Amino acid sequence: MSPRRPPPLPVVQDAESAEAAPLSRRSFLQVAGGAVAAAGLSACEIEGTLRRHFKELGKPELAKILESARREHEKRFGAKDWKVGAEAARPGVELGYGLDLSRCIGCRRCVYACVKENNQSRDPQVQWIKVLEMDKARGVDIMEADPYYEADEVPRPGKFYMPVQCHQCRNPPCVKVCPVQATWTEPDGITVVDYDWCLGCRCCMSACPYGARRFNWAAPGIKAEEVNPDIHLLGNRVRPKGVVEKCTFCIQRARAGRYTACVEVCPVGARKFGNLLDPESEIRYVMENKRVFVFKEELATHPRFYYFYAT
Amino acid sequence: MRINRIALFLKGCARLVTSGGRWYWAWMALLGLMILVGAAGYARQFGRGLIATNMRDQVSWAFYIGNFTFLVGVAAAAVLLVVPAYVYAWKPIKEVVVLGEMLAVSALVMCLLFVLVDTGSPQNMWHMLPFVGTPNFPRSMLVWDALVLNGYLLINGTVVIHILYRLFNGKEYDKRIVVPLVLLSIPWAVGIHTVTAYLYAGTPARPFWNASILAPRFLASAFCSGPAILLVLFQVLRKTTKFPISDEAISKIAEIMSYAMFVNLFLLAAEVFKEFYSATEHIVFTRYLFFGLHGHRALVPYAWAAVICSVVAFLLFVIPRTRKNVYTLNLGCLLIFSGVYIEKGIGLVIPGMTPDTLGEIYEYTPTVNEWMVAAGVFGIGFLVYTVLVKIAVPILDGRFQVGMDKPLEVAPEGRPAH
Repeated sequence: MSPRRPPPLPVVQDAESAEAAPLSRRSFLQVAGGAVAAAGLSACEIEGTLRRHFKELGKPELAKILESARREHEKRFGAKDWKVGAEAARPGVELGYGLDLSRCIGCRRCVYACVKENNQSRDPQVQWIKVLEMDKARGVDIMEADPYYEADEVPRPGKFYMPVQCHQCRNPPCVKVCPVQATWTEPDGITVVDYDWCLGCRCCMSACPYGARRFNWAAPGIKAEEVNPDIHLLGNRVRPKGVVEKCTFCIQRARAGRYTACVEVCPVGARKFGNLLDPESEIRYVMENKRVFVFKEELATHPRFYYFYAT
Repeated sequence: MRINRIALFLKGCARLVTSGGRWYWAWMALLGLMILVGAAGYARQFGRGLIATNMRDQVSWAFYIGNFTFLVGVAAAAVLLVVPAYVYAWKPIKEVVVLGEMLAVSALVMCLLFVLVDTGSPQNMWHMLPFVGTPNFPRSMLVWDALVLNGYLLINGTVVIHILYRLFNGKEYDKRIVVPLVLLSIPWAVGIHTVTAYLYAGTPARPFWNASILAPRFLASAFCSGPAILLVLFQVLRKTTKFPISDEAISKIAEIMSYAMFVNLFLLAAEVFKEFYSATEHIVFTRYLFFGLHGHRALVPYAWAAVICSVVAFLLFVIPRTRKNVYTLNLGCLLIFSGVYIEKGIGLVIPGMTPDTLGEIYEYTPTVNEWMVAAGVFGIGFLVYTVLVKIAVPILDGRFQVGMDKPLEVAPEGRPAH
């Protein structure tokens, strides 16, 4: 199917770098990006602060919240084909992910596809996927990993690449430490965050062994034309400042039976995604036929995110 | 009748707090300034978000949480006075125990404020409350910490207010209230520092913290730094008020401290041996702290300063001659306080996260904004202690009691009588 040795590709450079941004765009971001009022809370934040925990919401209450979230996004980013949902997990589905380390070439297309899909802040930058460049001679040695490699062409000789994102653990340390139950694992295996419930204490960031959680140190800045209007309340809605976020396996896509953005964009097919409970799924094929391992298995987090070597 | 008494008490307190000499007002003005600076810093941080700090995803807890951790130790140290005072009814300490309990109260106020200023969405703090919120109890260590810290504040606050109010009314404290509370406060004091240690020790993602020795180390260092503050405070109070603090009390506390310092250094040595002799991949954090990593050496001078402070202080305290000499004693207090402050405030939180879980090194140093907010929190804490002492001292030495019309004119504050 795909060639053993994929052709070299240019690495996707950081087009959104805040340093490189001209001043005019910066000031534009401050308006369009709607850096929430310099002091105090926005109406949405106040409303979010006063509601119940997501899991305690009744249907009519949830509908009201979805509608007000839709209005809030529309007000901030203008008219779009907004779809704001909170689709529940499908029965009989447990999502799993496979990443082929022998294929990944470190082009970072997944990183930016994810940012685009999941409405992460562009200024300051928030990215859910981190690609580590490591020496083939050393194997997986994170102390020698370089997450900021820059190259005209990847893969570079003697290097291999290991993307890291939320591992959707079966035994998630982040969920255990959250003082307010603002983060939990859904029946389909996705660990989500209720952004309106999060305290911003960052216990979960201390607890996560994969560095998968991101904090909104400032109000997210996103240009109106860049916002993805297909939104899940527990996933890619635009976050308030001062809360934690993370990869949700593109919950808005996964629950509609679609591939995640990172799977779709990967030019070398290094990323596999599917239902672990379906014996016919690609991810099951990978697990049964390839040499699969999990990252930091000594911590017994039991990830639903597997690395493997296909070749 | 009782309401009248309470009103009288409060009125008297207000009068005590609002009267004082030039130095008193200078001190209060300084505290007011610190609080204003803190308020300005916090307003800015609240508006912009925690980006006003230098914390980032790699080092997501830092200066605020370090200060919090240190102050939990100060609060826990009150128990070193409580045990000899109430369990052994040893008179020299019993006379001063309330000063230790008041220190615990002020330290706790600062602890809770440091947690508050560290949260990104403080308006959601109520989600931790039982019934209205969804506390993750008993799984989350932060919920346990909130519980034990608030409980300890309540216990110590109640004891202090009860003792002072009874003395104001010319009566001894009610044993039925104070004894059970004080007995409860002993394991509770151990509890606040243990739970705070568990907040770190319970994260296997951070091998530097994930050590069973962490809670014992926390307690040992707390029993060094807390009493160091008390010893200095006692001497200040002896100079500025007529409050009787015996040499015996001071030398007994100093003696207990020397044991604590030994245990503290011993546990540090045990940890350092384990790390360097095993030399697993987990050594990077300790190496970053003491020697730097890949040319990043921001913490190295602090780490060694802390070790030197702790060792010299131990020597000053363990040699009877230097322990009894007022100058070397105070020097030792200053050194051990600095040593533990660096160790808990900088040397615990930051190296735990440097390098981060994916091996990245982000060198953290606090921003001016963080210093401003911290100054505000310390300002509030010192203000609480000052107010409490200002009220307590005239009550304890019998100048402020019910029936005395103008207690303040009986013996003005500010200068020693002799």
